Amino acid sequence: MSARSGSNGKAPAALVVGGGIAGIQAALDIADAGFQVYLVERSPSIGGRMAQLDKTFPTLDCSSCILTPKMVDAGRHPNIELLTYSEVSSVSGQAGDFRVGIKKKPRYVDVDKCRGCGLCAEACRLSGRVPSDFNAGIAKRAAIYVPFPQAVPLVYTVDPEACVYLTRGVCGKTFKCKDACPADAIDFTQTEQYVEVEVGAIVVATGFDVFDPRLKPELGYGFYPEVITTLEFERYASASGPTAGKISVNGHVPRKVVFIQCVGSRDRSLGLPNCSRVCCMAVAKQAHLAHDRLPGAEITVFYMDIRAFGKGFEEFYDRVREEGVLYRRGNPSEIYRRGEMLVVRAEDTLMGEALEVEADLVVLAVGMLPRRDADQVAQLFGLQRGTDGYFQEEHPKMSTVESGIPGVFLAGCCQGAKDIPDTVAHAKAAASAALISLARTGVNHAAN
Amino acid sequence: MLQIDSRQFAQEHDLYACIQCGKCTGGCPLALKTRLNPRMIIYRLLVAGNGFNLEGRDELWDCTTCSTCYSRCPKQVNPMEAIIALRSAIVEKGRVHPNVKTALESTFRHGNPLTMPREDRAKWVGDLPVKLMSDGAEMLYFVGCSPSYDPRVQQVARAIVRLFQQGGVDFGILAEEESCCGSEVRRLGEAGLFEMIAEENQELFKGYGIARMFTTSPHCFNAFKHDYPGNGLQVQHYTQVLADLVERRQIEFGRKFEKTVTYHDPCYLGKHNGVFDEPRVALRGIPGVKLVEMDRSRQKSLCCEGGGGRMWLEGTNPGTRLAQWRVQEALDTGAEILATACPFCLLTLEEAVKHLNVEDRLRVMDIAEIAAQAL
Repeated sequence: MSARSGSNGKAPAALVVGGGIAGIQAALDIADAGFQVYLVERSPSIGGRMAQLDKTFPTLDCSSCILTPKMVDAGRHPNIELLTYSEVSSVSGQAGDFRVGIKKKPRYVDVDKCRGCGLCAEACRLSGRVPSDFNAGIAKRAAIYVPFPQAVPLVYTVDPEACVYLTRGVCGKTFKCKDACPADAIDFTQTEQYVEVEVGAIVVATGFDVFDPRLKPELGYGFYPEVITTLEFERYASASGPTAGKISVNGHVPRKVVFIQCVGSRDRSLGLPNCSRVCCMAVAKQAHLAHDRLPGAEITVFYMDIRAFGKGFEEFYDRVREEGVLYRRGNPSEIYRRGEMLVVRAEDTLMGEALEVEADLVVLAVGMLPRRDADQVAQLFGLQRGTDGYFQEEHPKMSTVESGIPGVFLAGCCQGAKDIPDTVAHAKAAASAALISLARTGVNHAAN
Repeated sequence: MLQIDSRQFAQEHDLYACIQCGKCTGGCPLALKTRLNPRMIIYRLLVAGNGFNLEGRDELWDCTTCSTCYSRCPKQVNPMEAIIALRSAIVEKGRVHPNVKTALESTFRHGNPLTMPREDRAKWVGDLPVKLMSDGAEMLYFVGCSPSYDPRVQQVARAIVRLFQQGGVDFGILAEEESCCGSEVRRLGEAGLFEMIAEENQELFKGYGIARMFTTSPHCFNAFKHDYPGNGLQVQHYTQVLADLVERRQIEFGRKFEKTVTYHDPCYLGKHNGVFDEPRVALRGIPGVKLVEMDRSRQKSLCCEGGGGRMWLEGTNPGTRLAQWRVQEALDTGAEILATACPFCLLTLEEAVKHLNVEDRLRVMDIAEIAAQAL
């Protein structure tokens, strides 16, 4: 175990946990202020959920066009050390003087040698056969992969759950990936590495999970291929996605698209009482995209209430309706098949009539929820969880980035569901709070 | 005037939690064919001020208490229970359909809603050697009213006896001492009579020291499980016992039942109690059975329209029974047998098969009957 730090006279460093837009923004701000940052990300690349999105509401900016420059900045910043494919394994100490153990998982690829050429993935036996998480399972990749072309760092990783060699101990006579690699970067002898860093402040930016609509079997997700989630819709709509932006499910172009709001949000029966805050506008945006990409298609949005509270949101909602997207009040209850079509059963609550609406594509606006491992993360950093399961801030109004543990701050959706502008603002606030803490540490160090 | 204090009612039933999303009505199988609109009833109760008039709300009697509304509600409001309570308010004023009156009076007098004499309750047994609880047995087989009296459903009770005796289950019956569980009485709004029935039954069970029981009907199963106050009874539906026997290979099937079978989930087994797997485990364990699923199965199963007292009430739209839609769905699977595990489903579906004139293509059977044919 090697110790690296900024203590003993050197400027104190910060730890940022989670490499989504919240973590990237917090890391950039702290680094720009002149402090060293360790940015730890569990997956092979930074970018997080925002990297999966096509356009962002309400301005329709291309998500990766605004995210990628920040990812690149974070990757190149002299004050940021990226620890991707890594997890925090232990935390001790206190504000100004934390010791953090970090587990670096083996990529089985030497990151210093890998040039990201992709020949290994082409050669892999499982090429095109492993579901791609980044593409929400719509596309398949190899067992050695970069999650997406703009990945930072742009190096390959062997998926230990898919790789034939790693799961079965043997992959033919020779390693196809190894043979194909011109840089001799593939190294199956790699093992887990542990490093320890000393930091003065910690920003937790671990994000959220997306609701699994299989928990509402009456909606038929996972059973009818024509029922997809908003996240999957993003991948279909993305020009750089697996269908190159073509919205086509099961080989045909939908003519009757139904969006269903609040799937896994505002739902006490699932223990998910909160509003996810993004779905109303995400659906408005997707309805716009559907209208745009599927000329002549009937687009219907079923909703309970429309929450268009952000800057430019109501205007965007107006625009989408005026384009011809039909909003019907009533949250559908079930989906079944009749011949070639799906039938969405709902009540139009404004008419007071029960109806059956035909659809050949149904998009479920899946909610945001606390991450599955929130308990472990809470335990690691001493965080509290609120009644909604998200990490509890010190005060709901005056201290939304303070965790209650001095020196540990919250950024983004790990504290509660947020859209991108709110997440960025929250991350900047967390960075600011962390910087105050770091500046104090610096003063104390100087005084000692 | 049939006025109720709607504010108090709304509070008691947590109707203020309702956000008018319409999932209840959107899922309600009756809402597509009658005026029944659970969300609208809640809304009208909420905005009625102090008094809500139940006069002329005949659609309240359309509800089959299938529980789809409750299972879909994101705020855990229970429109079905609210409807049952509204029925109670009507029953209290003595304003009930003559059919309901007859069923309720018969339950009070004879211990069954079918106007059958109590002394005939065990006639279904015939020459089958069945133990009485007074002989001492590990488990009570609570037979239920339709299986005791209805000639068609009696065959199900007899099949269960043959199966479980073969499987080595130590059970007894209460014979003439058995009385209606009260499930339908409660759902028809006769809360007082239900309480009385429940008390008497619990006394009876206590007298025999009964700790474990199984039932023919999902309705009895549900009543003992949820409607009887803290009785400590271990209640199973017979399909749960059967699935266990099949899985442990305790039943020796000597024959094959070589047919394509589709299974209709009874609401009181599935939606009410989440028993989706055991009936399927039992069916798959019967040699020869090829199980195919209808598109609407499990949580999406379509009610047969026999629950909530609807065995005695035509409803406001008797023209098209849900059971007829259901039979059509079963036919679409290509199945030759429509299996179910509920006396009411059995009767309504069989009626629908006759009505649609498809007896040559589809036969309705209880799972127990199918299993017993393979013995």
